Amino acid sequence: MDLRAKAIDIRKDIVTLIHHAGTGHIGGDLSVTDILVDLYYKQMNVGPDKVDDPDRDRFVLSKGHCVEALYTILADKGFFSKEELQSYSQYLSKFIGHPNNKIAGIEVNSGSLGHGLSIAIGMALAAKMDNRPYRTYVVLGDGECDEGSVWEGAMAGPQYGLDNLTVFVDRNRLQISGTTEDVMAQDSAEARWASFGWNVLSIPGNDMDAIDAAVDLAKRTKGKPTVIIANTTKGCGVSFMENQAGWHHKVPTADQVAAAIQELDERKAAL
Amino acid sequence: MSKAIKKVIAEFLSEEAKVNKDIVVLCSDSRGSGALDPYAEEHSGQFVEVGIAEQNLVGISAGLASAGKRPFAVSPASFLSTRSMEQAKVDVAYSHTNVKLIGISGGVSYGALGMTHHSATDIATMGSIPGLRVYFPSDQYLAEALMKEFVSDSEPAYIRIGRNAVEDVYADGKLDFTMDKAVTVQDGTELTIIACGELVYEAKKAAETLAAEGKSVRVLDMYCLKPLDTEAVLKAAKETKAILTVEEHSPYGGLGAMVAQLTAAEYPTKVRSLTLPDAPVVTGNSADIFHHYGLDAEGIVKAAKELL
Repeated sequence: MDLRAKAIDIRKDIVTLIHHAGTGHIGGDLSVTDILVDLYYKQMNVGPDKVDDPDRDRFVLSKGHCVEALYTILADKGFFSKEELQSYSQYLSKFIGHPNNKIAGIEVNSGSLGHGLSIAIGMALAAKMDNRPYRTYVVLGDGECDEGSVWEGAMAGPQYGLDNLTVFVDRNRLQISGTTEDVMAQDSAEARWASFGWNVLSIPGNDMDAIDAAVDLAKRTKGKPTVIIANTTKGCGVSFMENQAGWHHKVPTADQVAAAIQELDERKAAL
Repeated sequence: MSKAIKKVIAEFLSEEAKVNKDIVVLCSDSRGSGALDPYAEEHSGQFVEVGIAEQNLVGISAGLASAGKRPFAVSPASFLSTRSMEQAKVDVAYSHTNVKLIGISGGVSYGALGMTHHSATDIATMGSIPGLRVYFPSDQYLAEALMKEFVSDSEPAYIRIGRNAVEDVYADGKLDFTMDKAVTVQDGTELTIIACGELVYEAKKAAETLAAEGKSVRVLDMYCLKPLDTEAVLKAAKETKAILTVEEHSPYGGLGAMVAQLTAAEYPTKVRSLTLPDAPVVTGNSADIFHHYGLDAEGIVKAAKELL
């Protein structure tokens, strides 16, 4: 499978879904898409036939507001149908605006920022205790790293030697009020995580080959967990949304959806 | 006889962990105060120290439970029920992970350490979380009966216990326990005292004093704050003239509030509640504080006589 083409198709579905629902966190969805595509279509041992498999890999979307990207991929993978997903955010829909584990393929509920890393540590610890081969992946937002609880988890991961845990920080450098550096500076994220004892990899976060290589490298790293600082572009793939804090949770109009899809199709043709 | 409930829980988990490898005990630098040293030494592979980090404690517990483990998170009730309340709400109750939150050194049992270390609002806070059960065991036998349920059931719960040894309410073999049903410590016809936690013993003593004076008083051990045993409350409302509630908790959102809400709707009855104040408590040990606010046997007798 051409993962880059898949990521473009997923982006088209995300933009369309958010327009249809009239709500969504489009900027962060588009920044995290490539990470999710690499995990779900290549790296992780997951699937609709494995939702109760004790050896399935575990995934936690700690930046739960980007659930549209996750839903879109889970639907495409057959955890539920694309038709069902059309009810997203509508009255009585089971598809709410943050991950919920009543939906097949979602492990835990998230959305309140700063929770996912600790939960993922628990999952990774359980694998160590039971000698299970699964790996645990968690995606944090960079704005999310303002939360103190993230750093409680950051202390614990290396303390327990969790080399079966891989953390992504979606470092798109924007949060709802502006740049992360203006709101609450976190450069150098790499130095901060390294000082907590993590194996730190810093990559261009919308580059599929770089993401895939980093995940492989994390798998080979023993004795400590890996954090991948994924330097992404918020709104990636749709030029008029890229690097615009205003597109954090703006809903595209029909004309904007058409323009976005045209641009994504052109990018796909150019692959 | 008397025994600290934390020891009962730690000893029970030590035995259970031998046969159930999914049991995991976690603590937040609270190993000593949770009487967990023997457990930690015997079951190092089923013990997790998270340091002074209650949010992480509860989040990690939820992750362990999500992966099939049976975590018991042991931490001072004051911090567990407030600092990590959001993790209890989202990671445990909302995500429906089978975590048992054991709030130790609860209520005012840290005494003179003051309000930072007191948990006087935990029925209200933890009980208001959808899907989270709340239990305040009264003595070692009741605590053991609850633990037998907790190692095999599949729902999360918050349990609050005190720091000190508590006198037995139920002598060996005298506890007639059915999960989520109040225990009738003593039957009576004129007044019902409904108590929870350590204060059940004070209520029992008060009822004995009143009995010696010819007053027939029923005492209910409402260890199950959520789900509240509504049947026992309404039976008391119908069969006795008034209800006196006794709790080591603030006046808001606790046992008295729930009993009053229930009886007002279903069977209006005179209800009086003995509680801690809506304020930092006076300096002293638990016994001093209970006496100061009329929560000991003497204060309960006085309040009961005003109702009789």
